[in-house]
Amino acid sequence: MTNNVLRIEDLRMYLGGAEMPVRAVDGINLKINEGETLALLGESGCGKSMTALSLMRLLPSSGRVKQGRVLYMGQDLLTLAEMDMRRIRGSGISMIFQEPMTSLNAVLTVGEQIRESLLTHQGVKGAGARKQSVDLLRSVGIPSPERRIDEYPHQLSGGMKQRVMIAIALANEPELLIADEPTTAVDVTIQAQVLALIRRLQKERGMAVLLITHDLGVVSEVADRVAVMYAGQIIEQAGRESFFGDPKHPYSGKLFESLPALNKRDQPLYVIKGFVPSLRTDFKGCRFASRCDYVMPVCREKTPAMINVDGGQVACYLYSPDHAPEPVRLVESVEPVSGRKMGSEEELLDVTGLKVYFPIKAGVFKRTVGHVYAVDGVDINIPTGRTLALVGESGSGKTTAGKGILQLIAPTGGRVRFQGEDLTAVSASSLRHRRTEFQIIFQDPFASMNPRMLVRDIIAEGLRAQHIGGPDARRRRVVELLEMVGLQEDSADRYPHEFSGGQRQRICIARALAVRPKLIVCDEPTSALDVSVQAQILNLLRNLQDKLGLSYLFITHNMSVVAYLAHEVAVMYLGRIVEQGPVETVLTQPSHPYTKALLSAVPTIETGAQHSAIRLEGDMPSPSEPPKGCYFHPRCPEAITVCRERYPGRASLNSSHSASCHLLSGGD
Amino acid sequence: MFTLFWTDALIFLLLIMVALFTWYARRKEHLRSPWRRVGRSRAAMSTMVILLAYVAIGLLDSVHFRPTLDRDGEAKSLVYSNEAISAFDWLASDLMGRAEKTYSAPFATHLYSKETVQLPDGTQKRMYPKLEYGGAHLAGPGEKAGDIIAGSLRGGVKGLLVWIAAVAVFCTVWGRRHGRSPGRAVALITSNQTEFRWRATLITLGVLFVLMWISTELSAKYHVFGTDKVGEDVFYQTLKSIRTGLMIGTLTTLVMLPFALILGIMAGYLGGWIDDVIQYLYTTLNSIPGVLLIAAAILMLQVYLNNNSEEFASVAERADLRLLFLCLILGITSWTGLCRYLRAESLKLREIDYVEAARSLGVGQPTIMFRHLLPNVMHIVLITVVLDFSGLVLAEAILSYVQIGVDPTMNSWGNMINSARLEMAREPIVWWSLLAAFVFMFVLVLSANLFSDTVRDAFDPRLRGVE
Amino acid sequence: MIAYIIRRVLYAIPILIGVNLITFVLFFVVNTPDNIARSQLGDRRVTQEAVENWKAERGYNKPVVFNADKQGLARITETIFFEKSLKLFAFDFGRSDSGRDIGHDISQRMWPSLAIAVPTLVVGMMVNITFAMLIAFFRGTFLDFWGVVLCVILLSISPLFYIIGGQYVLSKLFHLVPISGYDPGWEAIKFLILPVIIGIITGIGQGSRWYRTIFLEEIGKDYVRTARAKGLSEPRVLFRHVLKNALIPILTGVVVILPLLFMGSLIMESFFGIPGLGSYTIEAIQRQDFAIVRAMVFLGSVLYILGLLLTDISYTVVDPRVRLG
Repeated sequence: MTNNVLRIEDLRMYLGGAEMPVRAVDGINLKINEGETLALLGESGCGKSMTALSLMRLLPSSGRVKQGRVLYMGQDLLTLAEMDMRRIRGSGISMIFQEPMTSLNAVLTVGEQIRESLLTHQGVKGAGARKQSVDLLRSVGIPSPERRIDEYPHQLSGGMKQRVMIAIALANEPELLIADEPTTAVDVTIQAQVLALIRRLQKERGMAVLLITHDLGVVSEVADRVAVMYAGQIIEQAGRESFFGDPKHPYSGKLFESLPALNKRDQPLYVIKGFVPSLRTDFKGCRFASRCDYVMPVCREKTPAMINVDGGQVACYLYSPDHAPEPVRLVESVEPVSGRKMGSEEELLDVTGLKVYFPIKAGVFKRTVGHVYAVDGVDINIPTGRTLALVGESGSGKTTAGKGILQLIAPTGGRVRFQGEDLTAVSASSLRHRRTEFQIIFQDPFASMNPRMLVRDIIAEGLRAQHIGGPDARRRRVVELLEMVGLQEDSADRYPHEFSGGQRQRICIARALAVRPKLIVCDEPTSALDVSVQAQILNLLRNLQDKLGLSYLFITHNMSVVAYLAHEVAVMYLGRIVEQGPVETVLTQPSHPYTKALLSAVPTIETGAQHSAIRLEGDMPSPSEPPKGCYFHPRCPEAITVCRERYPGRASLNSSHSASCHLLSGGD
Repeated sequence: MFTLFWTDALIFLLLIMVALFTWYARRKEHLRSPWRRVGRSRAAMSTMVILLAYVAIGLLDSVHFRPTLDRDGEAKSLVYSNEAISAFDWLASDLMGRAEKTYSAPFATHLYSKETVQLPDGTQKRMYPKLEYGGAHLAGPGEKAGDIIAGSLRGGVKGLLVWIAAVAVFCTVWGRRHGRSPGRAVALITSNQTEFRWRATLITLGVLFVLMWISTELSAKYHVFGTDKVGEDVFYQTLKSIRTGLMIGTLTTLVMLPFALILGIMAGYLGGWIDDVIQYLYTTLNSIPGVLLIAAAILMLQVYLNNNSEEFASVAERADLRLLFLCLILGITSWTGLCRYLRAESLKLREIDYVEAARSLGVGQPTIMFRHLLPNVMHIVLITVVLDFSGLVLAEAILSYVQIGVDPTMNSWGNMINSARLEMAREPIVWWSLLAAFVFMFVLVLSANLFSDTVRDAFDPRLRGVE
Repeated sequence: MIAYIIRRVLYAIPILIGVNLITFVLFFVVNTPDNIARSQLGDRRVTQEAVENWKAERGYNKPVVFNADKQGLARITETIFFEKSLKLFAFDFGRSDSGRDIGHDISQRMWPSLAIAVPTLVVGMMVNITFAMLIAFFRGTFLDFWGVVLCVILLSISPLFYIIGGQYVLSKLFHLVPISGYDPGWEAIKFLILPVIIGIITGIGQGSRWYRTIFLEEIGKDYVRTARAKGLSEPRVLFRHVLKNALIPILTGVVVILPLLFMGSLIMESFFGIPGLGSYTIEAIQRQDFAIVRAMVFLGSVLYILGLLLTDISYTVVDPRVRLG
């Protein structure tokens, strides 16, 4: 077995002081073979990034490797002199990071940052280095690299920056590329581009890739082998096929079940109970035991060892011949529990021609010289008790549309009729009173609550502002709301920082529910959460809808969430809606080329052949200068002449499904 | 009869505010936990002891009253002196009263310069005359060294005894609160196993007590820091200057705070023309170089005081008004920095989700500013206030040098340095006033700086890191 | 860019008007010229005649804002407000209360001021950056700790102590340099050494500590990790990546005070007897020469606004991300 590029043996890495250290990496064993892609999969805080930083020896100052070996080409990296380690970084092992925005030096040009790497390891400079850098940029698919090489990072889009990061990492033809969540910060169409690039480069160069991710879809797209990490340990390793076909560890199995999808619409999502234990704990036994449905007494006593099963390995007593009660199959097909209640057809919200423009000011007197057309004529309507999903990539204007509807941003034009009354026309004071009827939930559970207020005051804020009830009534209502969102009564007297992300999101939901709204705008409420927590929140939102008859405007970029939760879906591109219709129709038979591309860019976790995707080239244009004609035509694989000239009208495909595309309206 | 100077009133107002805030913060975890972090720092706890000692002297010096005058025969009617003295003056009345003729060095028994003295036998002689008070009890020059050592020892032992008593009381109280016996409390504190750094605190306190009692003991018989040009005891002056330094450091902040807070938050949150006006206001004020604005204002104040001197009952009252005015004008010049920080922070907070959530709930703008913005910018206020303090104390000295500081009749380190500087050319040089002022100022400023560093680290969310 | 500069210059106008009004109110409304005259003449029982004379000598014998005795435009121009305040906008500073031409004095005295201020600033910054880099390089070690302690101690000492101590030790004890004084030309150097050295030492504590914070903040950023992951050596990471980014706040922080260097340092110049604008101002304050103080306030504001403008422009020079529009 000499074809290992890297072998990690019993690596332990602690953060913080000697007493109560955070055991971020607690005894992991891994090997990466030549030319293979190993995905290290885990939820946030499980120690996967720390593993990568330990083997690069780039740990933050509070971290230290307690024990273990990291063998690269037979050398133990952990005992190398810093000088020798430097020679390996960037040339033997390269790394790319999650945030392309901040990971590049803003005051050096792209070329300087690549050449620096060439100079350090190959001693190339001058014209040779420049040529090599241009070639590198070209090989990672950056158009007109001769020009781009002299630009600064801020002049590039997010996807381009990540490509530059990859070019830097590949400059010295490393044996191993570590990619730490390389696509988490970019949009799904860009993610598809970047993943395809990594896959192509890996094939061409025969290098090994250690891909760190939390996204099962990404794993399924690119990995050859998967290692699942949980609370600082690796609990399962397997080939891609066998992992996706038959996950062994109970945790892996539950992860799959908690993923939302179209075919799970009729049932609540599976939820892993409890939460990830603190890594400060001095563990005894299996770390997943407290959350596991198959827990046995032995699980709480001794940490399970890795057991070979079906060509993979799993750390679970279920597979140990001494303990296992009987063979288990973890992915069970769940019977549909109850059909979803359909909402009534009573109209609640009717938005026509909503426009939100932000002026661009310039010149001596700051005159308006142009506009950012953030929302440029949006028509949607939501009946009582229904969910409309507004999907689109970042910059498509979906959040602005949501805030424009709630009058948190004053719309530039259009009408927002809520129960028949135009909100853009009512007076400020009557708007303030009507605010009880429509609420909002935000994406970031850490920024959405005032850290200086008690949960009780946070939840009761709307009641106070709207003078609803006296102190006693409010107190009772807070208790009632906490119960409704599944939190303990004593939560009321605590501060937000004492809660986890999922719990905070529950509090935010309670705050919104306090004033008994009819409509809630959910602005990416689960995108900052881990998959297992996301399932809890989605279940909660669905239950509340069934119980209280709420309508949701669900803003998201996550197609599987849409598939699970929404009744209708509207796809936004550059401030306009390009396709709209019932969720089943749009997701299974998309009509607009953009919708098709968007859906095909979403990584799927189906086993079997990797699906062929429509890859969109380039980035979304700036909303301040939308292209002439159809906004999508510069990236559209099916564009025809007329697309460059006129914006297409809306073509009705049937009574509820419509799309704006010349191909559908016959090019008129 | 008590008299209340303007600055006294304000300093007590500040004290009440601090007390109210402490009472309020006791129940708020997010306010308590940073202070607990401060308490875990050795440097902060030690410097706090020193700062408290300064504050104690300053406060004692801020309780003013007019003493009764003894008049023979008229025992019935109380007559009050025109000049108010402070509680501190009353305690240190020995020091205040024992003025020599002119300069004398620390611990000297004779004047610093030769004078022609009329001897008892009628002849005249150029000599260093014996001091009236300093070392007057000594029989001969040979006894001085022994007497000083003996006095120091006496003072040191007294200080130690008082300290031991204080430690005993503290350990008992601490032990009772934590359910430990006093002996166990002593063991825990000496082995530094308490949450707060009590060991360092108590050691600093001990050093302070010993020094205090030694200086009390010695200053009763000597001028420990010498005397100045008019023969006044320098030690007394130095201690009196503490109040001036503290006043400048704290009142300045007090007067500027409301403006900076209200305007900064309004500018950042409301935006639009209100923002423009407020920005214009502080850019304009800021564009005038600070020293010049202070100079202009103080010069004008002088003109006013000169023309209206009959309105003031006493020199002290006049000096007090000038001090207050100086704080005010210093406040105006230093107000802009904080205002700008607060504006920038409010601008950021305006976009944050919880403020948006409040808006979507229909919460009114004043309520949002008061409930959401204010508590979340308070850490900036606190950090700025604490960091500014030491700068202001140093600034006082410089302003007094430029003669736009406190009233020349007021005791302040700046005035001490300023008058001593004129004697730089003397040979040998008169150094004690300078050194005394510098040392006292240095100890205060260093303590304040070390303390404020800890406070900043504890309150700045960016510096908090992994916990 | 041009539009931006024009806008900023236009914005400076209301600010200068504001400054002008503030000084006007301070000097002529809070106290009337009569009050000033009485205060200057020392005795409150001076005759009205003496007051009138004093005012006439200095041109204060006109109405404050409106002259009803005159005709036409002279109603406005023949006033104190016009003569003493508005003319400042044309940089016509007029004559000092002791009769000297202020504009001429300023043009003469700014050179010695610059001769101290510029070397102090330049050398001081180099010293501070080097010291801060050194501390940042050894971050987390005892050198870092004691470096910071040293900074705090240095900045807790009154600047007056540095001056008096420096004069005493270098000039009085060792006679290395003259205590104070000034000669024009190259001779000036021997008088400048001491104030420059003291100026640098005075700034070390504050400056180095501030720069260290900037460096540490930069070191914590993601791009530094990227640079390390490339295999760069620590000095290269520090000098090429961190320093280049840290220079942005450092330089732009310095640019704002550049124009103010003309004003000189009040304390330094007066202690060392340098005939610059700083000592000019101090003498004016001590002699209560209001005309000079007014002129300096106005000049200071103009220079400060210029500094703000230069700061914005310097951002576009050092930071490729910033484009002014």
